[in-house]
Amino acid sequence: MTTLVVVEHDAGTLGKVSGQILTAARGLADDVHAVAWGPGAADVADQVGAFGGSTVHVFDDPVVTAYATRPQAAVVAAALDASGAETLLYPADPFITDVVATVAVAREAGVITDAVDLASDDAGGPVATKAIFGGDMISRCRVKPGRLACIGVKANAFAGEAAGGGPAEVDVLDVAVDDAARAMEVVEVVEQSSGDRPEMTEASIIAAGGRGLGDAEGFRLIERLADALGGAVGASRAATDAGWYPHQHQIGQTGKTVAPQLYIGSGISGAIQHRAGMQTSQLIAAINTDGDAPIFSIADFGVVGDLHKVIPALIDEIEQRTS
Amino acid sequence: MDRDRSDPVLNANDEWAIEEALQIAERTPDTEIVALCMGPDEAGSTVRKALSYGLDGAIQITDPALSGSDAAATARVLAAALAGQEFDLILMGNQSSDARTMLVPAMLAAHLGLPALTFARHLEIDGDVVTAHRETPAGYQVVRATAPVVVSVVEAINEPRYPTFKGIMAAKKKTIDVRDLAAIDVPATQVGLDGSATAVVDIAPRPPKDAGRIVADDGSGEVGAKAFADWLVEQKIL
Repeated sequence: MTTLVVVEHDAGTLGKVSGQILTAARGLADDVHAVAWGPGAADVADQVGAFGGSTVHVFDDPVVTAYATRPQAAVVAAALDASGAETLLYPADPFITDVVATVAVAREAGVITDAVDLASDDAGGPVATKAIFGGDMISRCRVKPGRLACIGVKANAFAGEAAGGGPAEVDVLDVAVDDAARAMEVVEVVEQSSGDRPEMTEASIIAAGGRGLGDAEGFRLIERLADALGGAVGASRAATDAGWYPHQHQIGQTGKTVAPQLYIGSGISGAIQHRAGMQTSQLIAAINTDGDAPIFSIADFGVVGDLHKVIPALIDEIEQRTS
Repeated sequence: MDRDRSDPVLNANDEWAIEEALQIAERTPDTEIVALCMGPDEAGSTVRKALSYGLDGAIQITDPALSGSDAAATARVLAAALAGQEFDLILMGNQSSDARTMLVPAMLAAHLGLPALTFARHLEIDGDVVTAHRETPAGYQVVRATAPVVVSVVEAINEPRYPTFKGIMAAKKKTIDVRDLAAIDVPATQVGLDGSATAVVDIAPRPPKDAGRIVADDGSGEVGAKAFADWLVEQKIL
């Protein structure tokens, strides 16, 4: 059995989530391959090998970043052919999901998104566990036998554990990018930097703020708390609708779903739409003046109090205890 | 459609797609907007809601065999429904509010052989050139393609309007073009539970959590902060 893992990298440095998914892949298959594209792709061979991958299929032509989705889908398809994999694991990130969706149509594959656990099943193919209906229910699902199984794995669902292997063998793919694949051109990439903070969907700690912050200035407090813990900043829809924080940080039914090791919600009541985006977090903490706020019913730890008093004091405590 | 509720409701993400279509029509004369929905008979009220925004027409694909279709089967049906239709833009929400797979827009585009400008938070149309700002975790990516294209939108793109009374009354009189699988030439074996590539093994409620520890602060912030930090140490976060 061979599993192919789509790995992400920044100019040759493997992303944290990719290490997590390679670790998950080792539990499913005896042979783990990886596929990487873009400049520096071949430089991930050492890191892929360290996480137990035997081979990395690479395509470093800049055409894969100059045109969106279709060229990457062609690379994944070529890597599937080269590896003979029956299972494709990928980071459950929107843009990679587009790539996998495109491959899946051509291969009549089955796709399962947002897996938080994977198990091998004697009946053939992996069984994936995912949260559904806003995290209220847990579903186990599978791709039907005989079809390529594509499974998106959520960040932080697995701990990345190196296996101590040597560098993976590098297989340079020969991919023809035809005119149809160049139909969507990437004109510009605009970074709206959130400083040195981790991306919200990858972070192991998220400090989130809501209506109770009172104004945009309140988010400076949330940012300081996030920085004290090395975490990312999230926001409720009420806060992004008010223009206090950018929309891409919105957690909830119409925003992003996150499942960090620790989520801290401050000034967030915990309406069902917000819970749908965060209740699969491993640990949930809340600060709110209203002791009846629904967020306390799902919190592992809560403070009933004024966040404008509690958070500065908490930052002091954290700094004292970590210095 | 949100199956979680007793009444079918228009998927929130699709409301932004409808709003964007209306804004494009306001800027571009002779634009025709047609709603396309795959869903059971009850989804007719959702299609009617879509029409009440002032759309020109609606197609509803409904068939008992469709029940239980996964994202791949849904995309196949939508693609078949669009075969032979003329269009420049297909606008849709980036995800349904129930399954939230985010798969259907790119799958539909793959079936139709069209570019998928997904996760758009801003859209510009100049002649037949469509430019979208695709939301990324760190900002956005500007992408460009020539119509026809598939576009999926995120919440940040606009502020949906409410239907007017006139629109609601006009929607009641409009005819919905209802089609079954035979009409769009899709075999029943390719849809529903049996025709889907994925299958649910089991579903169970989330296991209940132990009640959390809730601490009342004394107004100074210090009591709450100290207890919070103690808990972070206990959980090995600090």
